[in-house]
Amino acid sequence: MIKVSRLYKNFGHLEVLRGVDAHIKRGEVVVLVGPSGSGKSTFLRCLNYLEQPTRGEIIFNGTLLGNSQVNMNRVRQEMGMVFQQFNLFPHMTVTKNVALAPMRVKGVGEAEAVELAHDLLGQVGLADKVAAYPGQLSGGQQQRVAIARALAMQPKVMLFDEPTSALDPEMINEVLDVMKDLAHEGMTMVVVSHEMGFAREVGNRVIFIDEGRFVEEGTPEQIFTNPQNPRTQAFLSKIL
Amino acid sequence: MINWSYAFKVLPNLLRGTVVTIQLALLGVLAGVIIGTIVGLIRVNRTRILYQLATIYVEIIRGTPMLVQLVLIFYGLPQIIGFRLEPFTAAFITFGLNSGAYTSEIVRGGIQSIDRGQMEAARSLGMSYFQAMWYIILPQAFRRILPPLGNEFIILLKDTALASTVTLQEMMRIGQIQMARTGQPFPIYVMAALIYLVMTLPLSQGVRYLERRMGAGDQGL
Repeated sequence: MIKVSRLYKNFGHLEVLRGVDAHIKRGEVVVLVGPSGSGKSTFLRCLNYLEQPTRGEIIFNGTLLGNSQVNMNRVRQEMGMVFQQFNLFPHMTVTKNVALAPMRVKGVGEAEAVELAHDLLGQVGLADKVAAYPGQLSGGQQQRVAIARALAMQPKVMLFDEPTSALDPEMINEVLDVMKDLAHEGMTMVVVSHEMGFAREVGNRVIFIDEGRFVEEGTPEQIFTNPQNPRTQAFLSKIL
Repeated sequence: MINWSYAFKVLPNLLRGTVVTIQLALLGVLAGVIIGTIVGLIRVNRTRILYQLATIYVEIIRGTPMLVQLVLIFYGLPQIIGFRLEPFTAAFITFGLNSGAYTSEIVRGGIQSIDRGQMEAARSLGMSYFQAMWYIILPQAFRRILPPLGNEFIILLKDTALASTVTLQEMMRIGQIQMARTGQPFPIYVMAALIYLVMTLPLSQGVRYLERRMGAGDQGL
C-alpha cells in the first residue's frame, strides 16, 4: 500500500532521515519506536507530505507522490492522521469537527455528513458529546474525536503520531482501545508510539528507528524480548 | 463672550455631519478589513513578488502622514487623471487604503498566532490551503483580532476629521463652517468633541468586553 525508498529529509543542515526504506502492506499495523529526535515523527509526516521529503520516493497505492501531476489534497483524503496534540478545531462543535471535511472536501450534504459524524462519534464512545466543543472535553475524549474526524474521510491508511503522549495516564487506554478496534477491523495503520502493550496486541511489525535510519525491525515479540542490535537493546532497556 | 446656546443651535447641523462621519468610518473600516485580510494573507504566505508589493504598500502608508495622503489623492491626483474625485470618494479611498495597511498587520499577527497544528490538521484531511485558511484559520484569527480591530475602528472614526481638509461636509467641516458663521468656536467645538466622545466611549467599552471574553478562552465563542 505504501512503498518508501531511500527517503531523506533535511532541516537545514540537520539530516533527520538518512535513507529510509519501508513497505507497508494493506491491513498491516506497523509501530515505529525510537528515541526522541530519531526521525520517527518526521517519517510519518513525510508519508502524507506534511513535510516535503528532501529526496527519495513514496509510492502510495501505485501513485508516486510529490510529482506535480499528483494532487496531494486528493492523496491526503485517503491518509487519515492523528496528532499528538489532537489539533481539533476549537471554534466548532465536535460534530462539526468530524463533518467539516466530508462536506467541504468531498461535497457530502450536511444532513448526511452530520449523520456520519454522529455514527463515528458513537463508535469512539462519544455519542453523548456530539454537541460539545473541544475545550469542554478531556484529552482522551478529544483524541477520540480526532480519530473520528480522520475516519470520516474513509481513509485507506491511518497515521498516528504519538497519539497518547500528551494524555494523562488514566486516559491512555480509552484511546488505545479505539485504535485496537480499528486494527481488528483491518485498518492499515502506521503508529509512532511507545505503548508496548498496544504494539504486542495488534502490531504486526515494530520498526526501531535511530538517528534517521531504520535500525531493526521484526515482530513485536522479536523486538521487545529479543532485540539484536545494541542500540535497540539500549533504547528498550531505558523505556521498559 | 462665549454663548453656549450656539452649541445647541448648531447641533442639528453637526449631527448631519455625524452621519457622514459614521458612513466614512464604516466604509473605511470595511474596505480596510477586506484589503487588510488579502494583504495580511499575502504577507503570511510570502509568495515573493506579491509579498514585496504588499510590504511596499504597508510601509508607504504607515510611513507617511494620512493628511499628506489625503491631499495627495484629492488635490494631487487630478493632475494625473485629469478630473477631481468627489471629496467623499477621495476620503474613502484614503481611509480604506490606510486602514487596510494597519489591519493587514493585525490580520498577519492574528493568523500567525494560530497554532500551526490547526493548518496541519486541516491539510491532513485533504483540504486545500485556501479551504484551511477560510474554514479553520481565519475564523479563529478573527476572533482573536476583534479587540485590535475595534481599536483600529475607533482611531479611524476620529481620523475622519481630517477629511474636513478636502471639503468633505463631515462633522468637523460643518463645525468650521458654523464657527465662521457665528464666531463661537468654543461651544461649537466642545459640542463636536462631545459627539465624537459619545461614539467612541461605547466602542472602547465594547473592545474591553471582547478582550475580557478572549481571556476566558475561545471555545464556542
